[in-house]
Amino acid sequence: MAEPAEAAVGYDPWPVYRQMLRSRFFEEAISELWKQGLISGEMHLSTGEEAIAAGVVMQLEEGDALALDHRPTSALLLRGIDPVLILRELLGRPDGLCRGMGGHMHLFSPEHLAASSGIVGASGPAAAGFALAGQHLRPGKVAVAFFGEGALNQGMLLESMNLAVAWQLPVLFICKDNQWAITTQSPDVSGGTPAGRARGFGMPAAEGDGSDVHAVWQAVAVALERARGGEGPTLLHFHCNRPEQHMLGDPLLRIARRPVRELSQMAGPATRAILGRKGTSLRERTRNLGRFLSAIRRIGADASDEHSDPISQSRAALAGVDKERLLTLEQVVVEEVSGIVRKAIAPAEEAR
Amino acid sequence: MKEITFAGAIEAALAQAMATDPRIVIFGEDVQALRSNLFFRFGEARVRPAPISESAFVGAAVTAAMAGLRPVVEVMLVDFIGVTMDALLNHAAKTAAFSGNRWQVPLVVRASCGGGYGDGGQHEQSLWGWLAHIPGLSVVVPATPADAGRLMLTALAHEGPVIYLEHKLLSAYWLDYLGAGGRETVSYDVPEAGARGPVPDSWQPLPLGEAAQWRQGSDLTLLSVGVGVHRSLAAAERLQAEGISAGVVDLRTVAPLDENAIREAVSATGRVVVVDEDYEKFGLAGEIAALLLEAGLKPAYARVCTTGTIPYDRRREEEVLPNVGRIVTAARALVEAS
Repeated sequence: MAEPAEAAVGYDPWPVYRQMLRSRFFEEAISELWKQGLISGEMHLSTGEEAIAAGVVMQLEEGDALALDHRPTSALLLRGIDPVLILRELLGRPDGLCRGMGGHMHLFSPEHLAASSGIVGASGPAAAGFALAGQHLRPGKVAVAFFGEGALNQGMLLESMNLAVAWQLPVLFICKDNQWAITTQSPDVSGGTPAGRARGFGMPAAEGDGSDVHAVWQAVAVALERARGGEGPTLLHFHCNRPEQHMLGDPLLRIARRPVRELSQMAGPATRAILGRKGTSLRERTRNLGRFLSAIRRIGADASDEHSDPISQSRAALAGVDKERLLTLEQVVVEEVSGIVRKAIAPAEEAR
Repeated sequence: MKEITFAGAIEAALAQAMATDPRIVIFGEDVQALRSNLFFRFGEARVRPAPISESAFVGAAVTAAMAGLRPVVEVMLVDFIGVTMDALLNHAAKTAAFSGNRWQVPLVVRASCGGGYGDGGQHEQSLWGWLAHIPGLSVVVPATPADAGRLMLTALAHEGPVIYLEHKLLSAYWLDYLGAGGRETVSYDVPEAGARGPVPDSWQPLPLGEAAQWRQGSDLTLLSVGVGVHRSLAAAERLQAEGISAGVVDLRTVAPLDENAIREAVSATGRVVVVDEDYEKFGLAGEIAALLLEAGLKPAYARVCTTGTIPYDRRREEEVLPNVGRIVTAARALVEAS
């Protein structure tokens, strides 16, 4: 990736890359702990979204608020919340960020005005409320809503966009578009475009490559200036990839990765369904099976798509500038994250 | 009789009903994947994936039912029903009454429910008492594969809206999807008799609101639904070893409640423990106490319910959800006190 002719104000690719890499390694550590069975339930990583998280969160100030979705880890980490506390929360420990009560979809930090929710679309009204409080109590501060393109079909989010325009709320609506609404392909169940919807409410909107952190940074800087200046909300629509699919252990990704093993378990019931008396024509049934398998293929392709990886893109650019500095930086991040993990998994008394 | 899984029973009953009644359609998030076998067989026109727009597609299901379809609308987790509550509270539940009973809403809302796999308090609720509080809604909570299939047919045949709740500890695919994710490093306390069991070759609906007494006992009665039934049975075994004879009644439907069965079972023993995975206050357990008092019965009473927001931490989650130990303690205390 060529370095842009004019770098955005305040943008320095080195610390930005460092934060993105921190997030990636941190989530890789989470993934490992999850595989070991030390983290329970669902685990939605923000892997693939690091450039969006970095481009937004690194420009926030004290007093700005964050309304997060079910993939809150990266944004919270970059906001400066103690990663040891985050990890302990995911381990369900009483000394975790939320005392082991919330878990990964329900991470909160009142000091940072940061709240997450596992209900799709809930970050819209949450950001509007944070922004409303900001208008009264912290003029010049903003609220950010992070959500996926699937959430843009949720009424509460669309209503929040209208509310933010009507009340000129300082909100940044950040749409992370990975093309998947849980495990349904978004274009199959959506009309129009995110930016088009925002403009329909009279809100400025821009679209960009969410794996290009400099592009994200520039778009965010414009929206932030507008919001801080009391001119109201902006929607930014960024494209990104979701290599781990909806969550760790996603059954469709398991099929894509180990088709023989996983499909052999499905084969019996599927065959009976396809041959069952009554239903649609055999031809349509075969086509339905084909559509299912084509979604699996698409998932497999997403999982192995290196091109859209924000980390590789930034890395390639920086390697051309100063390879040695890059390697040193990476070593520092590796050590930092392994230190975080060691500290987080240590018994409580020792951790103090 | 053959043995199949809880989820397999629901699918078999649905397939049987869909093959004979073209008015039955399924829609909701990800149903083309969650119900892939029905999708293959019946196609997208009848198994249709929806956007993440619960208030729209559940609201649409209400009038689709009023206009001749028999929709089975899915909201994945009952926790997500909060997003679409207006469609159920103010529309599905009211239409029959508002129309002077001239217009019915034959709608099934299917959702998974329940905890026990460490997914946190926004994904593990039960909420059947909250839903059953609304006049006009029926709520069914099967505890075995046979009842899962039969109650699905009951729900499909009913002329009013039915909330069909499928406990995630009983449905293996939900537990794998939301809990294990293919891991062998985690384990769950799955009641075997609920996750897999004998089912009829041809499905027939149960009457709506008919409880089943699964175990006879002379000292006290345990009343429950869903996974709580299995926890109660395990508790009854343990109590037996202490010389306490506990009967277990599976309510099977929360609304309407089988009031006769409850009164009979409780008046026979004079002691009752309600085991309810839904929240403790203002719910099923309190309702049962009220109906017993209204019937002039004054049994010794205790309730073992979910005591608050469900903690993410699995150790504390285990304490907050009704567990066998808490049931045994409550039962023993009742017997010792009276």
